[in-house]
Amino acid sequence: MQEGAVLEMRGICKYFPGVRALQDVDFTLREGEIHALMGENGAGKSTLIKVLTGVYPKDGGEVHIKGVEGAAVIRSPQDAQNAGISTVYQEITLCPNLTVAENMYIGRTKGSVTNWKAMNTGAGKILESLGIPASPKQQLGSCSIAVQQMVAIARAVDMECKVLILDEPTSSLDEQEVIKLFGLMRDLRSKGVGIIFVTHFLEQVYEVCDRITVLRDGQLVGEYVIEDLPRVQLVSKMLGKELDDMADIKGESGGTAIDQEGAPVLEAQGLCSSAGIKPFDFSIRKGEVNGFTGLLGSGRSECVRAIFGADHVTSGSVKMDGKSVKIKKPLDAMKCGIGYLPEDRKGDGIVGDLSVRENIILAYQVMKGFFHPISRAQAEAFADNYIQLLEIKTASSDTPIKSLSGGNQQKCILARWLLTDPKYLILDEPTRGIDIGTKIEIQKLVLRLAEKGTSVTFISSEIDEMLRTCSRLLVMRDRKLVGQLSGEDLTQTKIMATIAGGDEE
Amino acid sequence: MTTPVKNPETQVKRPDESLFKRLTRQQLFIPVAALVLLVLFNLIADPSFFAVSMKENSLGNPVLSGNMISVLDNASELVILAIGMTLVTASSGGQDISVGATMTIAGSVILRMVCGGQVTADTMQMNLFLAVFIGIVVTAFFGAFNGALVAYFNIQPMVATLIMYTAGRSIAAWINNNQLPIINDVAFKYAGTFLPGIPVPTPIFITILMIVIFWLVLKFTNLGLYTQSVGINPNSSRLNGINPKLVKLLTYVILGVCVAVAGYIRISRSGSINYSRNAENIEMDAILAVALGGNALSGGKFNIYGSILGAYVIQFLTTTLYKYEVPSTALPAYKAVVVILLVVLSAPVVREKLASIKKAPAKAVKEVA
Amino acid sequence: MPKGIAVDNRGRLKERPAMSDTNLLLTITVVVFFILYLYAIIFLGGSFAKPQNFLNILNNNASLIVLACGMSIVMITGGIDISVGGVTCLVCMVCAVNLEQQGGNLFTVILIGLGIGLAFGVVQGFLVAHLGIQPFIISLAGMFFAKGMTTIVSKEPVRVTNEAFLAVKDTRVTVPGLGSYNKLGQYIPAYVEVGVVVALLVVVLLFCLLRWTKLGRAFYAVGGNNQSANMLGINVRRTKFLAHVLCSLLAGLGGILYFLHVGSGDVANAAGDEMNAIASSIIGGTLLTGGVGNIAGTFFGVLSLNTIKRIVASLGFDQAWWSNITVAAMLCLFLVIQSIVLLRKNKK
Repeated sequence: MQEGAVLEMRGICKYFPGVRALQDVDFTLREGEIHALMGENGAGKSTLIKVLTGVYPKDGGEVHIKGVEGAAVIRSPQDAQNAGISTVYQEITLCPNLTVAENMYIGRTKGSVTNWKAMNTGAGKILESLGIPASPKQQLGSCSIAVQQMVAIARAVDMECKVLILDEPTSSLDEQEVIKLFGLMRDLRSKGVGIIFVTHFLEQVYEVCDRITVLRDGQLVGEYVIEDLPRVQLVSKMLGKELDDMADIKGESGGTAIDQEGAPVLEAQGLCSSAGIKPFDFSIRKGEVNGFTGLLGSGRSECVRAIFGADHVTSGSVKMDGKSVKIKKPLDAMKCGIGYLPEDRKGDGIVGDLSVRENIILAYQVMKGFFHPISRAQAEAFADNYIQLLEIKTASSDTPIKSLSGGNQQKCILARWLLTDPKYLILDEPTRGIDIGTKIEIQKLVLRLAEKGTSVTFISSEIDEMLRTCSRLLVMRDRKLVGQLSGEDLTQTKIMATIAGGDEE
Repeated sequence: MTTPVKNPETQVKRPDESLFKRLTRQQLFIPVAALVLLVLFNLIADPSFFAVSMKENSLGNPVLSGNMISVLDNASELVILAIGMTLVTASSGGQDISVGATMTIAGSVILRMVCGGQVTADTMQMNLFLAVFIGIVVTAFFGAFNGALVAYFNIQPMVATLIMYTAGRSIAAWINNNQLPIINDVAFKYAGTFLPGIPVPTPIFITILMIVIFWLVLKFTNLGLYTQSVGINPNSSRLNGINPKLVKLLTYVILGVCVAVAGYIRISRSGSINYSRNAENIEMDAILAVALGGNALSGGKFNIYGSILGAYVIQFLTTTLYKYEVPSTALPAYKAVVVILLVVLSAPVVREKLASIKKAPAKAVKEVA
Repeated sequence: MPKGIAVDNRGRLKERPAMSDTNLLLTITVVVFFILYLYAIIFLGGSFAKPQNFLNILNNNASLIVLACGMSIVMITGGIDISVGGVTCLVCMVCAVNLEQQGGNLFTVILIGLGIGLAFGVVQGFLVAHLGIQPFIISLAGMFFAKGMTTIVSKEPVRVTNEAFLAVKDTRVTVPGLGSYNKLGQYIPAYVEVGVVVALLVVVLLFCLLRWTKLGRAFYAVGGNNQSANMLGINVRRTKFLAHVLCSLLAGLGGILYFLHVGSGDVANAAGDEMNAIASSIIGGTLLTGGVGNIAGTFFGVLSLNTIKRIVASLGFDQAWWSNITVAAMLCLFLVIQSIVLLRKNKK
């Protein structure tokens, strides 16, 4: 082991059926440092952490921990805990039905009897010292998500760990809470704890971290001291390209001809859904590509879900081609000629065990109705046509869709909606977690569709991707529509400023 | 990003694969293999098992008789139930354990109708078709009740149907005021025994009719696609315009209809009813048929013909056991063992283990080469 | 500001924890029971007011109390076990045959009862916890297996004549202070059977187990969210396994108590008791989805269920089938209530 290191991982490999999630990854954490683990969605950050904490068994490589002779054997989260590795995950991994104090102590107390009094006093002290507004006796489920997250951190802190892993802990915290958390992290650093910090907020990395390790496509890109790596370079390392290298797709497609004066295809007023967004107005013209942008959880997906009727719409009116329509459920929207590619491909998009063919014809079939099944031959023809058109890599149209790679699954869902010949297509994060080649194909496809007169709403976490495809951006913040940008205003800085907000309120 | 690697599962046919392996991967492998085993066993133990002869029944008509005829005849209720159970399993990922009890309700309702409320009736007091139709409506209603609990109140199917499992036989008794009506009209028993002049038991025809009806329904509607889609991924189905709750409810109502038909056959075999013994333990057989047909009990993709075959195999087993004088009350114990073996063999953990055992020697050979 | 936390005028946190789900449901159960019983006393007359009649609910249901406790534990971990009625029936039959035809004694009876329970528990627990098979399917098979085995052991009812056994069966434990005068003015002390004492002991022990031991809290954690429980360092498989073993072991004990109450082995013994146990647990505030429940609640659940059965019977619906319909209706009602409560909670 290196001098001063508390944790060393060497040559870690992990395979899932059909994918190589981690390949020969090295990672070193030193005593008393905050180490950022960076990478795009699907780069392998979470997998690496789950391997380290024993949630997934690793398929190759070694883990060394300070104070443990030889390679450490970590087969379960409990082993990890015993070896001094504590983890706080993005999604709360506590039990909502237990009390706050129990959640802090369960699974790590000695003896077989629960001492409630000692537990409550102990928890009370820690909560107070960290300034967490919760009572030890309270049921965890009755706390807000932010408080639950902090309870998880309190638990980890109390375990006197050598290695603390924070997996996107800030995504559900507000600014004050983040400041408090950073104070806590610095405090722990000075006590010699090594902290692995996973986040997608660049500013936070530069505010609190000492070192950065970048992963891409399940492989190690490199380890850097923070001062040596300016932001732009970090981004290009994460993406694997110089920013300028990315094809200027907009130029390639010869510019989109948008009928600026034309009547809107869809017009929504005061739309509001049960998912908790503020009422918003929205409109899109024929052949226009616009997009919703904002941080994770800002409400951009909820907006498009409200338009499609995926969430329960509580108020507002929608006009399609100038005619007033009622969209209460997805089928209503589909009948109006709207298509929706959902954000969560696995949970909301694919029907895993069904074949590629059945997945492609699904929406079209539902629109034709329960009593009008399309014939097998016709379905084959549709599927084969789109498999060729979108270059979907599959053994046959009979293959279950779940055995395809992410990018090809996404193309199937796209095919599903293209088959319905929509007037207006909503694509929520169509490029997340798929390879660069397919990403660019999808972006090109969007622009081709727009040229043919289909209106498209495009959502992506990557702003430059949005800039390349959209002619108008709607900016969301805190579940509220806060601005619209188009034309000259469409620049990275302007967008960032609108997302961050501050001056106009 | 993750790099896709070649997935062996995506390649449908591999030339180096042995015939045996390709066979075992077929969905119908298990029921067919079980059937072959049973046939072989009976052939070796006593070939006269398969003898079919003409005999005179109690009415003096010449009818076919023999173990094979009795398998086909007695499996009728089970086959019809298995069809409905397959749909329910596919859409909701659980099974309806109240079918035996609701079959009794159907029987009770039909008997009350044709007896016109009397304890014994020598002629039918109501048009038979109308009585059966009322029975269908009643069990469809109970199906809807189960379906509503599952679809709209999110209660696990087996727990939701536990309610009717408990109350069903009591409700059946209540319908007839705990009397045991008997109908002596010969026409009532046509469906459960023989039509005049036809030597083949009527339940076989009814079963074929039901199978044809479902074949047509699956061909000319999207029931199959909707049910599977809802069973695999309800969220995604909803976003594609399907109403998952309605589809689940529909499958329970369809099962309710199947239950009524099966209940009618059962009741018309004897023209009388025993509330606590009627169709006892048939829910177990129906679930077993679905599992034996290669359908995942956790829902999703289904093969209705697998379940039908499974039902016949189970009846074959039952008849064989009867022949060797295993008492009917002890049968559940044997079948429970079969169920446990089946679910254990189909458990993902066990499958993985078995696969790795099979693969290991192959790998070793390659490494040496 | 999270619900249940208030800030006093100096900005300090004031402790006012919201009632936990478990306590809320427990309170509802206890209140429901007292309302039911009061209703019975006021409107249905004196028979309910006699202490002995109340104690008879316990005498008749000692076995059910034990079964329901076991069921609650499995349900708290998010599982279910419908084989308990079958196991009870099998235990009765095997014990009866052992006493009558094989010259067994009280000791072998206890050994057999617990042994059968343990065997069911180990097999079912292993299949559920380690192979990840749905508990319902496994225990359904378990139920049919137990019922089938019972008839294989003996189809005919077996009445026990063993004297030592009958002596224990007829032992009455008098309850001081509770008693009444009969028509002749004689004082008749109220009593409970030996089984009730055992059952109450089990209730107390299990209450303590769930409240104050690591294993007990692990049951709740696993039921609350088994992935989280795994992350928190709880051995989820072991916990589920133990829950099933405990449940079946209690079913074995329940079998012994049932046997002690009826004194015979019969295929019809404990018919529908799995259902009564599930209904009692659910009425007692155990959530089917797991993580919430309380042994005290289950105890009151058994009392409520049987009070209702008796009320229905004394209202004139005394035919045998009403009892089943009542149980089913109660179960349905409470399931729907639970489902609505959960749905509303998730919406928040």
